[in-house]
Amino acid sequence: MLKYLIKRLMLFVIVIFGVVTVTFFLSHVIPADPVGAIIGENAPQELVEKMEKELGLDLPVGQQYIRYLKGIVHWDFGMSLRTQRPVSHDMRIYFPATMELALFSLSIAIIFGIIIGIISAVKRNQLPDNISRVFSLVGISMPAFWLGLLFILILYYHLGLIPAGGRLSPSLSSPPIISGFYLLDSLIAGEFRTFWDALYHLIGPGLVLGWIQTAYICRVTRSSMLEVLNEEYIRTARVKGLKEKIVIFRHAFKNALIPVVTMIGISFGYLLEGSVLTETVFGYPGLGRYAVNSFLSLDLNSVIGSVTLIAICYALSNLIVDLLYAFLDPRIKY
Amino acid sequence: MNKDISQNWITSLKNRHSSEISDIKETLYLIKKSPLTMIGLTLILILVIVAIFAPYIAPHDPVTMHLDKRLAPPSKDHLLGTDELGRDILSRIIYGAGVALKIMLIVLAIDLPLGILLGLIAGYFGGWIDEIIMRIADIFMAFPRLILAMAIGAALGPNLRNTMIAIALTMWPIYARLARGETLSIKERTFIEAERALGTSNLKILISNILPLCFSTLIVRATLDMGNIIRIAAGMSFLGLGAQPPTPDWGLMISSGRNFLINQWWIPTFPGFAILLTVFGFNLLGDGIRDISDPHLRRGKK
Repeated sequence: MLKYLIKRLMLFVIVIFGVVTVTFFLSHVIPADPVGAIIGENAPQELVEKMEKELGLDLPVGQQYIRYLKGIVHWDFGMSLRTQRPVSHDMRIYFPATMELALFSLSIAIIFGIIIGIISAVKRNQLPDNISRVFSLVGISMPAFWLGLLFILILYYHLGLIPAGGRLSPSLSSPPIISGFYLLDSLIAGEFRTFWDALYHLIGPGLVLGWIQTAYICRVTRSSMLEVLNEEYIRTARVKGLKEKIVIFRHAFKNALIPVVTMIGISFGYLLEGSVLTETVFGYPGLGRYAVNSFLSLDLNSVIGSVTLIAICYALSNLIVDLLYAFLDPRIKY
Repeated sequence: MNKDISQNWITSLKNRHSSEISDIKETLYLIKKSPLTMIGLTLILILVIVAIFAPYIAPHDPVTMHLDKRLAPPSKDHLLGTDELGRDILSRIIYGAGVALKIMLIVLAIDLPLGILLGLIAGYFGGWIDEIIMRIADIFMAFPRLILAMAIGAALGPNLRNTMIAIALTMWPIYARLARGETLSIKERTFIEAERALGTSNLKILISNILPLCFSTLIVRATLDMGNIIRIAAGMSFLGLGAQPPTPDWGLMISSGRNFLINQWWIPTFPGFAILLTVFGFNLLGDGIRDISDPHLRRGKK
């Protein structure tokens, strides 16, 4: 077990190092004209040279790489050309927003995904199962950005159930930042109006991401439950005369949980991906929207910063899943 | 003479290992028995037919602007209405089918061979080659796909060709991992050892013995990914990093129709249905094919 732990942690370090190297190549080696993108292609030559010097683009690639690595180790990605603030400062503001949205929708997805998945497996091939299968297949086929637009059209414009977008109503100011999660910070500060308003703004994007994640978790729960319900020991439990509820929850679900945990980890990665599109649609000021705006304005430093941060989160969630997996399933020997 | 006998023996060994899905008759029978798979297959067939015959089906030209007819709601003349430049939305959706299929096929045509090649090499030769290839695969898999595709797309420059390259580069590790796993198990089998004993070259063993046996697994996986490719490409176009105007791309249509969501809801809404139905169809089909290729389920259904 310890050997596996060390091996897995080493892999994590290698992957992070690789990620950083890939982003370096993507940002420093491939782009033809990063300076032109910032100040326009017809800018005077002196300005271009000055800019190149500022960005360190006049150095040889090897030196640029070392400079770049040094910066990342100190969590310094330089200045964002678009916002005129240090990238790490921007990320400190936007990242908690994305995490708050991701955790909100993940909790929706875990609750509904598991419940619907269990019902689906128990009522296999009956009406509830068929409904839930179509519901989850539509969910995994749904383009998140389009679902977001439909929500705005129907839930905001026609029904008035959700706000048009953003993270707080313009009339309210953000709570004093402690964790960066508005829900938590407003509670700590005792600003209950802010709390409800922040929650109200999470509903739209949260439901969009939540539905899609629910679909993934529900599918895995169903198939994993079906597999377990076919096992001998479940039959034995039934023959023993145990109540069906106990058989399903205490005997079957406990063992069906392992693939579900894996899926929850994987779906965290999908959430980071989906947040890019969903935040853009809802104008939610998170890391995803920040990344998109940086991409579109070719703001290199903030592109590198946000991609690196997202990739680290993703790799971390994979690491946690792998370790949980080893912990949950005693049959696995490393 | 002697060589013939040994070749026959190898063939008989091989047949014992040939995969289950290659039994086409039975596969078709199982597809017919599953209504959801049939729905998926039908949706995809419709998509393909629409894409091929677009010029004959579409009532209008997809790119010609009619500024006098802009923002027209759905009517008899324009069944799904017109967009902000007076172009017929139905016709653009019909032509968009071809764009979506083309993107998907090109992405697969890049990443399948790339992934298979690297996976075969890693699995067959093992050692440090295996280690290097698989660690690179790990690194590429450490990015959420859309994020990596966005980063590659932005670095190469935002256009459709680069989007396809970008998506392909994010997907090869899946196929490499699968091909490697299959190779690892196949290479231990008797008939491969027999081939080696006969002095067949590594290259020939890889191409004529191992590759065909990997195929069914990889095809199943590719079917499962088809919908995903279309969805990611649509997302990139929506963000402005994929197809550029005036391409009748579904994601791009939603992106440019976004500003008209409230008052001209039909502009961004209908292309979204096209994406949803297409991805839905591919997912149904992929699910069905996966179930059929699973020997566990196959036996259960007989």
